Amino acid sequence: MSWKASEMTPDVKWQDITPGCNIFEGSTSAVVETGDWRTTKPVLALDKCKQCLLCVPVCPDMSIPVDQDGKRGDFNYFYCKGCGICAAVCPFGAITMVKDEK
Amino acid sequence: MSSDTLKENVMREERLSGGHRMCAGCGSPIAIRTVLRQLEPGDHAVVTGATSCMEVSTFMYPYTAWKDSFIHNAFANAAATCSGVETAYKALKKSGKLDDTYKFITFGGDGGTYDIGFQSLSGAMERGHDMVYVCYDNEAYMNTGIQRSSSTPHFADTTTTPAGKVIPGKLQKKKDLTKIMVAHNVPYVAQTTFIGNFKDISEKAHKAIYTPGAAFLNIMAPCPRGWRYPTEKLMEVTKAAVETCVWPLYEVIEGKYTLNYMPKNKLPVAEYLKMQGRFAHMFKPGNEWMIEQVQQEVDKNWEYLLKSCGL
Amino acid sequence: MGIRERLSGNEAVAYAMKQINPGVMGAFPITPSTEIPQYFSTYVDNGEVDTEFIAVESEHSAMSTCIGAQAAGCRAISATSSCGLCYMTEMLYVAASDRLPITLAVSCRALSGPININNDHSDAMGVRDAGWLMLFAETNQEAYDNYLQAMRIAEAVSLPIMICQDGFITSHAIENIELVETEKVKAFVGEYKPAHYLLKKGESMAVGAYATPAYYMEAKRQQAQAMMDAREVVYKVGKEFEAMTGRGYGMIESYQMDDAEEAIVIIGSSAGTAKEAIKRLRAQGRKVGLVKVRVFRPFPVLEIAEALKNVKAFAVMDKTDSFNGHCGPMFAEVSASLYAQGVTAPKGIGYIYGLGGRDVRVESIEKVFAQLEQISKTGEVGETYRYLDVRG
Repeated sequence: MSWKASEMTPDVKWQDITPGCNIFEGSTSAVVETGDWRTTKPVLALDKCKQCLLCVPVCPDMSIPVDQDGKRGDFNYFYCKGCGICAAVCPFGAITMVKDEK
Repeated sequence: MSSDTLKENVMREERLSGGHRMCAGCGSPIAIRTVLRQLEPGDHAVVTGATSCMEVSTFMYPYTAWKDSFIHNAFANAAATCSGVETAYKALKKSGKLDDTYKFITFGGDGGTYDIGFQSLSGAMERGHDMVYVCYDNEAYMNTGIQRSSSTPHFADTTTTPAGKVIPGKLQKKKDLTKIMVAHNVPYVAQTTFIGNFKDISEKAHKAIYTPGAAFLNIMAPCPRGWRYPTEKLMEVTKAAVETCVWPLYEVIEGKYTLNYMPKNKLPVAEYLKMQGRFAHMFKPGNEWMIEQVQQEVDKNWEYLLKSCGL
Repeated sequence: MGIRERLSGNEAVAYAMKQINPGVMGAFPITPSTEIPQYFSTYVDNGEVDTEFIAVESEHSAMSTCIGAQAAGCRAISATSSCGLCYMTEMLYVAASDRLPITLAVSCRALSGPININNDHSDAMGVRDAGWLMLFAETNQEAYDNYLQAMRIAEAVSLPIMICQDGFITSHAIENIELVETEKVKAFVGEYKPAHYLLKKGESMAVGAYATPAYYMEAKRQQAQAMMDAREVVYKVGKEFEAMTGRGYGMIESYQMDDAEEAIVIIGSSAGTAKEAIKRLRAQGRKVGLVKVRVFRPFPVLEIAEALKNVKAFAVMDKTDSFNGHCGPMFAEVSASLYAQGVTAPKGIGYIYGLGGRDVRVESIEKVFAQLEQISKTGEVGETYRYLDVRG
């Protein structure tokens, strides 16, 4: 029995569900899209961004990736729920919240 | 580490994953990811979670948002559960069955910490397990729909202390849990929240994790829904809590108090209260006495803290 | 051959724990099980075991530490009684649903109120549906033997197990006992090797999920299967234990049942009293017998039906009441077993007896058999919900 989280779909039979509903891997939530909760979305103006990184730790959804050089990249809209904390803390007005057109 | 710049801090490994179902703008995942980022590379953690918003949102079967091992047991017993895990670690280490380094971190909301889990927390701290208990304090039972806890501030409007015609919100003052934890004589206790470059919270989390023995971290982690402020204002709210001395930043190492931030101009509490809908009734004409009373309480606590810090 | 000793039931269980040398014990004192953690912490402090002992601040935390420790990869044990078991109740369900084979020694005692420290089964029976395997002992020897078999059974089906004995009656009474040599115990019980645990190298594990309606029922069905599967394991382990000690164990013990026309079904130490009554009645030519339930969870449905199918009348003895207005818990279980197996001829009644330490004498059991004789003769069952030896 592999007991992979990815196989524990809502169709899983009782014989095959992981015992105790325990999961034997970390970070299986990574496949869950929460970006579709968003009504507004942050947009980064790269030309205004000074890479001060104040926006990174305030994100509740780990949606601001930081690369190996310590520079932030564009938003991860797969997770971003559009709370707007990042835009509010940006000292340079580099992040604007816009209506999310899906 | 304490010398980390913000850049170094955010380049550390993230151990909470996206895809969790906490509300947009929730303070609790910010607290969790910041604390877990302070684990040193190569060190593992077993995280314990009390039943809470955080727990049901981070481990809804089959999706765990925890990169490390995680155990949720019940509402009242996160600290006891963690002490069992930590003790098993000692037993397995002793028998030579384990060579990796693990750290033991518990997260609970104020309901699971100040109230129903208080006994279990007190027991675990007194026994001195090598663990960190982190309370993400959002000052009410948010998971069940914003009911008052012993951490709810004086006069706050919650669903079990509604601001009514006769009773104006919660009649009791907030329990000072941080001081109660200090009274357990554990080596490290600190109170913090999200401020600026996250230096305060990060340093405290690192100290709490790497101080041998039991440590307690109380993190104000606002709930935009329960506190009724727009989600984007989170960092303004925590800043106001600190600048008004409603939530001072301090730590207690081996019983010695240190104030970590002295506001240049201590702001009136109204500056903090007015941002949040849960205090809106205090600003109605005729209710000025409520704000005055809270101001007196905050002043008294602040003076006591300054004295404790030798200031 | 084993080692002949004289031990109380509590000491015998503590000694079994010492021989097994588990990873973690979390316990809180409560009469009459207090001696178990007392004896055990002495072993710990004298370096006679490797176990880490956690002197917790409550039974709720005792079971919580056990859940944490067992999930982390250790054998975890505890001991309790009465209100302590009640206070653990929430955690008992979690331990079972997390599929953690924790071992809990219970020295059974009445529940408050009124507060009473003496024996009955209201504590253990109160948690009978928590998902734990439950074994009951008649004697100190059985308490010891059951404890040695406990982890083998529990770990085979990934369910927690309660090893119950009667508070004071066996927990504090000193009896002759035959102990198994420690090396043999260790070989019999074996090492704990869970497939997954929180501290497993190279693997993260998450325990205690929030399960939506899409999953909850499948999880419960799987848990139910583990309980059903335990029956076979009980026999297998009982046979191996017999090969080692000469003392064999199954789901029930049938005593003088081959030709019995009247029988009682009983649990725990009062089975000994009942056997004495049966000896006396047999000497008078009465065809009477006894079914002693050793394993209450899983319930010995087939064994009970087989044992009772040819009797004319039987009485189920419950050392607790369900306060449902008609019977104790075991009467309900026995009746359901018979009905499900198509055994409908025997007439059955239920007795609530021995509550809060009310003495159970040979004469008490003889009275029950006298009633059964009447029922056999007349075919009239009368009241099925009866209290034994109560003034009124």
